[in-house]
Amino acid sequence: MTEARLDSLAVRADVPILARPSASGRPLVYLDSAATSQKPMPVLDAMDDYYRAANANVHRGVYALAAEATERFEQGRADVARFVGSRPEGTVFAKNATEAVNLVAYAWGLRHLTAGDVVVVTEMEHHSNIVPWQIVAGLTGARVEFVPVVDDGVLDLAVLRDLLATEPVKMVAVVHVSNVLGTINPVADITRMARDAGARSLVDASQSVPHMPVSLAATGADAMVFTGHKMLGPTGIGVLAADPAWLDGLEPFLGGGEMISDVRREGSTWADLPHKFEAGTPPIAEAVGLGAAVRYLEGLGMDAVRAHEVELTTRLLAVLGGVEDATVYGPRDPARRGSPVSFSLPDLHPHDIAQLVDREGVCVRAGHHCAKPLMRALGVPATTRASTYVYNTADDVDALGAALASARAFMGRV
Amino acid sequence: MGGIEDLYQEMILSHYRAPRNRGTLTNPTVSVTQNNPMCGDEIQVDVLLDDDGRIVELAHSGQGCSISQSAASMMSEKVMGTTRDEAQHLIEVFRRMMHGDDPPADVDLGDSEALAGVARFPARVKCALLPWMALKDALQSVGTTKETPHGQ
Repeated sequence: MTEARLDSLAVRADVPILARPSASGRPLVYLDSAATSQKPMPVLDAMDDYYRAANANVHRGVYALAAEATERFEQGRADVARFVGSRPEGTVFAKNATEAVNLVAYAWGLRHLTAGDVVVVTEMEHHSNIVPWQIVAGLTGARVEFVPVVDDGVLDLAVLRDLLATEPVKMVAVVHVSNVLGTINPVADITRMARDAGARSLVDASQSVPHMPVSLAATGADAMVFTGHKMLGPTGIGVLAADPAWLDGLEPFLGGGEMISDVRREGSTWADLPHKFEAGTPPIAEAVGLGAAVRYLEGLGMDAVRAHEVELTTRLLAVLGGVEDATVYGPRDPARRGSPVSFSLPDLHPHDIAQLVDREGVCVRAGHHCAKPLMRALGVPATTRASTYVYNTADDVDALGAALASARAFMGRV
Repeated sequence: MGGIEDLYQEMILSHYRAPRNRGTLTNPTVSVTQNNPMCGDEIQVDVLLDDDGRIVELAHSGQGCSISQSAASMMSEKVMGTTRDEAQHLIEVFRRMMHGDDPPADVDLGDSEALAGVARFPARVKCALLPWMALKDALQSVGTTKETPHGQ
């Protein structure tokens, strides 16, 4: 059976915000899904219905309404676990991917790193996969080393191999798809190298899980993190997917309600997984919404989602290739990259580009994209980034090309 | 919401294309670097004060968008020759203008008044303020120390 092609116009019709005009009155051309995705009706409806029909605090409630709320919440977890091939007890809800990285850095790193140990990250990490490790390294005396980016935006794995061979590396934390370069990193190879050297691994899948088939097993990582709002789901919920046997041996990250088995004056014991890592009232409606988002993506088929993305990225690279003097970062081959495409123009600063194309209703991001070490490696203070998703069409990509031409004409006037 | 022409006025673009007092000083009294955490842009402002605390030379360098670069250029022209107190007053008037307040009738910000429209683009206010905040840091640091401070 061949996978159906993705019908982006049908998806578009499901996403109400795309029907509103931009501030300038032009149709909205949303090309910033790497920052956050827009939300289809089934997600909005699921969250709305939860609040209207089933809201109660989860777990421990005796009355039927609380049981129903718990059931919807846990269904969200089951949906997410199925989507990435994790076990429900190894599928922990956090506030976002950042908090999920912090969870691992604190629950594991704080207790298992000692002075002289090395945590390896890469030059293309989002700050969320750098700063928590720097903080925990500061507390434990460990060091953070960076794998450099070379050639057309790929990792220099020889450096990783050297680090693993010569340094006491305890953790390799790597992004699956770069939020700036779009590079798809060979995470299965990287996590295998880490494991062979006796190190743990964490994969930041924030830009991959929404866009292509991804499973925890295929990444080979001990821990994988991603966020709900980039995959058609709501803000306020992120996911840590990990091997339950590993998680079970870790101490909690945050303490409070929901995560305990017993609390006595002299000390406390912890709840079973995954609740041990979910202190306080969890993001209930958000889990319901994320579950709906996952089912929506499953309905589209992740192979079709990926094929659509490759098609649009091919066109985006061609459009930018036609813009005079444009520098496009990251791999040239769309098959080797995800959705984010960063570029710069010698005569227009990214802020000015984003401001001027907004006039035509085109939403792109300008700045350092929370990846300042990468910006320094590229030798630029900032880039402009366009990123597509399931509701984007070839027309959206072409609109960016036209808006860039008129931005240049505007700034070049006089 | 202001139109894009309010943001990219001819005055602003002319300073962007031909920035005044761009560069560095060889013997500044103080040199401050400010960065815009939103976009990573950096600006360095070098100031030479005479014994009376008057700005006799000012130079700006770094990378930035049309708004931050033109703001630095316009600021450099306006504050040249002013005393520290006068410059600090201009900084405050400019800061308020970025929050939507018209400058008082007795204060002339010069070409910088062309940036008044930036107040309607919240994401760009920080760009326009960048050189002014660098100057503020610079002026605050002299008098307290002769060391070159390292601004955020």
